[in-house]
Amino acid sequence: MNWRVWLPLMLFALFLGVAAYQLTQPKDDVVASGMIGQELPYFELPPAHSENPGVTTADLRHGKPRLLNIWASWCLPCIAEAPQLEALKEQGAEIVGIAIRDDPEDVAQFLARHGNPYSRIGRDDLSEVQLGIGSSGVPETFVIDGNGVITYQHIGDIRADDVPVLLEKLREAGA
Amino acid sequence: MIAELGHAALWMAAALAVLQLVAGALGVRDGEAEGITILSRPAAILQGALAAFAFAALLWVFAITDLSVKLVAANSHSMKPMVFKLSGAWGNHEGSMLLWVTVMALAGALIAAVERRLPERTMQATLAAQGFVALGFYAFLLLSSNPFERLPIPAAEGQGLNPLLQDIGLAFHPPTLYFGYVGLSVAFSFAVGAMLTRSVTPDFARAMRPWVLGAWVLLTLGITAGSYWAYYELGWGGWWFWDPVENASLMPWLAATALLHSVSVLASRDALRVWTIMLGVIAFSMSMLGTFLVRSGVLTSVHAFAVDPKRGSFILALLAIYIGGALLLFALRANSISEGERFSVASREGALVFNNVMLSAILAVVLLGTLYPLLTEAFDVRVSVGPPYFNPVSAIFALPMLAVMAVGPLLRWRRDSFGRISKELALIAAIIVAGLIFFALFERVAILPLLGLALAIALGVASFLPLRGRNLRRLPVSVWGMVVAHFGIAVALFGMASESAFSNEKLAALEVGQSTQVGPWEVKLDGIEPVAGPNWTAIEGRMLASYKGGEPSEIAPQSRNFWAPPQQTTESVLLTRWNGQLYAVMGSEADDGRWQLRLWWKPFVTLIWYGGMLMALGGVLAIIGRVRRDLKRRSIRRKIEVRRADMEELR
Repeated sequence: MNWRVWLPLMLFALFLGVAAYQLTQPKDDVVASGMIGQELPYFELPPAHSENPGVTTADLRHGKPRLLNIWASWCLPCIAEAPQLEALKEQGAEIVGIAIRDDPEDVAQFLARHGNPYSRIGRDDLSEVQLGIGSSGVPETFVIDGNGVITYQHIGDIRADDVPVLLEKLREAGA
Repeated sequence: MIAELGHAALWMAAALAVLQLVAGALGVRDGEAEGITILSRPAAILQGALAAFAFAALLWVFAITDLSVKLVAANSHSMKPMVFKLSGAWGNHEGSMLLWVTVMALAGALIAAVERRLPERTMQATLAAQGFVALGFYAFLLLSSNPFERLPIPAAEGQGLNPLLQDIGLAFHPPTLYFGYVGLSVAFSFAVGAMLTRSVTPDFARAMRPWVLGAWVLLTLGITAGSYWAYYELGWGGWWFWDPVENASLMPWLAATALLHSVSVLASRDALRVWTIMLGVIAFSMSMLGTFLVRSGVLTSVHAFAVDPKRGSFILALLAIYIGGALLLFALRANSISEGERFSVASREGALVFNNVMLSAILAVVLLGTLYPLLTEAFDVRVSVGPPYFNPVSAIFALPMLAVMAVGPLLRWRRDSFGRISKELALIAAIIVAGLIFFALFERVAILPLLGLALAIALGVASFLPLRGRNLRRLPVSVWGMVVAHFGIAVALFGMASESAFSNEKLAALEVGQSTQVGPWEVKLDGIEPVAGPNWTAIEGRMLASYKGGEPSEIAPQSRNFWAPPQQTTESVLLTRWNGQLYAVMGSEADDGRWQLRLWWKPFVTLIWYGGMLMALGGVLAIIGRVRRDLKRRSIRRKIEVRRADMEELR
């Protein structure tokens, strides 16, 4: 008996399992991550865009709480969340961006097209910082309190319903 | 009344699919065409006629805008132009499913009517498989998405006057892909039939080949058109975004390309039997999988479709039954199907096998990238996989494949040596090296586009090498098909590499009267005009564009605002020259009274789609050549039989 001829069927069964599970799951489940309550690791990122400075840990350590948005110009959900980031900025949130595996030209294109809500944008070409803060994909948004400690993690694109939640988390982090 | 007749025809067609399945299954068991078994061919033909009637009925209720039919009320409008009324019939879930099942039933009818090469048992098994697959779609239509459902009270007016969907490209792009998918379903039925009867022969490959070729041509056209649509309509300046919906159409194409080549080896050399069967199953799986991903909404995509988890479950169940069943059958039968003729590594077959493996690897890369978000979401992690993964990882396999593609057609079948074609090999290598040096010196080009440019030129030249030393007038049409299709790949590749290597982009903020430079173009903003359409208003930028100081042409991109639903779209303008396109998008007004403009100069970008069309043309030539040769072979066989019968009589 040649076991290899069963391989396609087994892979297919795996896919069926995952797909069937996904169909029964309600979407938009957001689960808190293990990084909450921990301090940011040390990093120094060069700017990803000519109009915004880069990001270092020190920038996030003093003063008010901020949002740290992990995104990329090649990511489709990031386009979907752009209006919500604008809304957050308008309501007083400072948003610091980290562009993952990106190219300055593409970043400039993306920002020209979908708006630039960021005060700073760091460039993380090897996903080092992304992995360091416990983010596994784009987009993700973290709430960082004034002392450089992560207090909240939002996984996936920010929907309209998430805006008040994030504002509330920012307020909690500042208290 | 017409709607009810269509509905009834659909039920009868479903009943005939059951008959076809049962009769075919008995035929496989008994191996003889007697009793109920003789009914399977007429059942397939009648089923095709009834499905066609049902689809015609749907077209009719859309044509007369019968607003008592729910589907018409939801998707049409009495004021729509006729062509969009008709295309509205398949521009929705129920109608597209009916179109799918109709094309499939017609394909089944065609096989039943003309296919006589295969052993009768294999034929019965194929028809049974075809009936089985069709039955699932009939069940889907009749039980959960009846296109002929009536409203209790007829609607006063239809709801489908969305101007965004009134696009001629959008009307014909999905059916093209669907026809391609259905062609693959026929190949799948042939593969299942051959597995059931353990009869994987060159005759089987010859019966399957026109369907695979036809499906491949339609998929190639569908993807080419879809890519061009995304390029000019989205206004993002790109032509491929690795979006799940795009990948859903690319994966069946990759599988069909591999299948196309392996079925040719099987037809002419009786080798690669198991591979061909496997690819036949995979190609159809990929089209079903694509349908599932697009329609169920398990993945986020820029393409918004009406999403319904119930439909998703239904398609997933069909997927489980068909593909799971076929893979189980494969696992049980693969060991009893011998591999067929042997061949050496340096041979035409060897090159084809290498490229089939590369195509399958690219397919696996795309499949993994597309499904990865689905997998991680099961662990509550949402990710988006984009070009930084797809481009380099698929290039790892695409580049060697393109190199072997240049050499493969020069090799002989069965056994050859690279020494025999050393001159050609040296020529191809020299072009690649010269291309690399030329473009590397010429301009700063990233590594992948650089390799792409050099390989494209080498492949373009190499695709004509199989013609050397042959009488061009007596060359079989199918060889021309191969040459044209391979040349098309070189052309498209050159366009892709050139677009990524040499594109110039300019984001300018101009006052009226100012001008800017992008590549060899000078663009002057001449004026800003408000314009109004039936349900939108727009800001139109009047511009004069001149190429290298030549005669200026007028262009007028718009930024449109729709009222209902409120939506902003860009109407980009393309100015095409033989050596590239100027792509202009109108932005918004800046605070200081200047206007934002996005301009691209994309040298040779149009070659991407010309290449795609050439590939499809090559496929059409191959179909013509193969079918003609098969007909000739059949008539010779018949003559021999007649003569033999005469001889018998004389004795």
